[in-house]
Amino acid sequence: MGSWAEFFQHLMNGLTLGGIYALIALGYTMVYGILKFINFAHGDILMMGSYIGLFVYNAIRGELLGFWTIIAFFLSMLVGMMFSAILGMAIEKIAYKPLRKATRLAPLLSAIGVSFILSNLAAWMWGTKSKKLEYPFDNSPIHLGDIAVTPHQIMILVVVVVMMVALKLFIDRSRLGKAMRATSLDQDTAKLMGIKVDRIIAITFAIGSALAATAGFLIALEIKVYPSMGTMTGLKAFVAAVVGGIGNISGAMVGGILLGLIETFGVALLGIPYALRDTIAFIILIIILLVKPEGLLGKAEKEKV
Amino acid sequence: MTLLETQKLTRAYGGVVAVSEVDFEVEQGLITGLIGPNGAGKTTLFNNITGLDVPTSGTVQFKGKNITGKNAHTICRMGIARTFQNIRLFKELTVLENVMLGRHFKVGRSASTGRLATALKSFFSMEEEESIMREHALKWLSFFHLEHLVDELAKNLPYGHQRELEIARALATEPSLLFLDEPAAGMNPQETDALMKTIRKIRSLGITVVLIEHDMKLVMNICDTITVLNYGQNIAQGTPSQIKRNPLVVEAYLGKEDA
Repeated sequence: MGSWAEFFQHLMNGLTLGGIYALIALGYTMVYGILKFINFAHGDILMMGSYIGLFVYNAIRGELLGFWTIIAFFLSMLVGMMFSAILGMAIEKIAYKPLRKATRLAPLLSAIGVSFILSNLAAWMWGTKSKKLEYPFDNSPIHLGDIAVTPHQIMILVVVVVMMVALKLFIDRSRLGKAMRATSLDQDTAKLMGIKVDRIIAITFAIGSALAATAGFLIALEIKVYPSMGTMTGLKAFVAAVVGGIGNISGAMVGGILLGLIETFGVALLGIPYALRDTIAFIILIIILLVKPEGLLGKAEKEKV
Repeated sequence: MTLLETQKLTRAYGGVVAVSEVDFEVEQGLITGLIGPNGAGKTTLFNNITGLDVPTSGTVQFKGKNITGKNAHTICRMGIARTFQNIRLFKELTVLENVMLGRHFKVGRSASTGRLATALKSFFSMEEEESIMREHALKWLSFFHLEHLVDELAKNLPYGHQRELEIARALATEPSLLFLDEPAAGMNPQETDALMKTIRKIRSLGITVVLIEHDMKLVMNICDTITVLNYGQNIAQGTPSQIKRNPLVVEAYLGKEDA
């Protein structure tokens, strides 16, 4: 009990869970950064991408062996990502864009509506029974001394790190990333730089949705694919985004990983009953809103008139 | 040659008419001043020409094309740039990034690629796009002798430099027409003198300049032609000496004697 190995085990679990939260939280925070709006359909976009990825994987996997099943897995993930990206852009165009000049409540309600429509649509088309996504590899734990790590965990960590580094590079260094930052700082002035703000918003939705689909497909191996798979995970990722400082990219990454660690260690070390695990996130949310409403990395912002 | 022309341009907010049937002409190659008391509608006129606001009625013609009500980004791409009275830099970005953004649309617009493809292309040709934008941005920064501040955040610059940076950023879009909204506001006399030289230098690059300004010394010194707005209406236009002698203008600024 309480050994180093056990601690490392929890750390690994917490980091993988947190990485997943972070990937999803990025979508919330990027959209908020530009539109000051919470896309409550984000979790359902994740679910749709996971379904598509699952179908593609089942179709192409066939009798493939070893290395090739892994290739097929990532290829399916890519298709799921693309699908979610296009879906995210379409939802923005149809359900949010026409409401951009309406009251701030209007797009929020629209998002909740879209969320229900997507999950009901999925239940109607594909049934409510969860569908299993087969591991593309033997997932028995690898033992390194006292520590056991599953290949699934390693894959999650690798994918999360690659995605985060790529996103950070894109935002900080690329031409479009600069345009995204400019748009989030001042839309009017961005337009006067010749930046097509509508296009930047569409790209933001596409990237956020693709990241969510990645997260969904990765956890589907463990939790399976079902119509409401994105709901709780999505909500918790939203909490992570708020904890890190909504609108702040690094904040979403930090908030996500922190939340994963707190949930895991809360159950393992503090003895919080497993059944109450899901409440941890929301208690943290309330504490953050009371103590540091702008989030850990967020800056206290003066309300613009 | 007329570069820009508004005809009966009107912008009303509910019952308040901020700009009323204004005919405003900008001659290519000249420096045009736009003056008038506070609330005369000068900035509203700028906003309606540059696409930040949509006129209630009337038209705006630029290079012979009707640009009334077009998107701000479209108008920018056609060659109109502007600065703001209350400097609107991207404060959290660096000096260099601010000016590079002015080059945004000049890069990577070759093919008619879709959104996803554009994003991917921008990711994989990051270095190349960045170096093209940087090179150009540096050219404009050196125009204002700001090269040494490239990595500073815009918000950390002293006021005068912020004004210059905003002009540099506008110039980076390679406009043929540049609108300056009170560029000398808050400047001391030395800074204002330097600004006058800069504006002349900008004109010598073949860029037509329109400026809103309250500093009469600057306006009378630098402008080839002046338009006066009062209560949203164009009440006079002419050379600085004509404007100085115009009784309507004197009245607008000083009030009627019996008032």
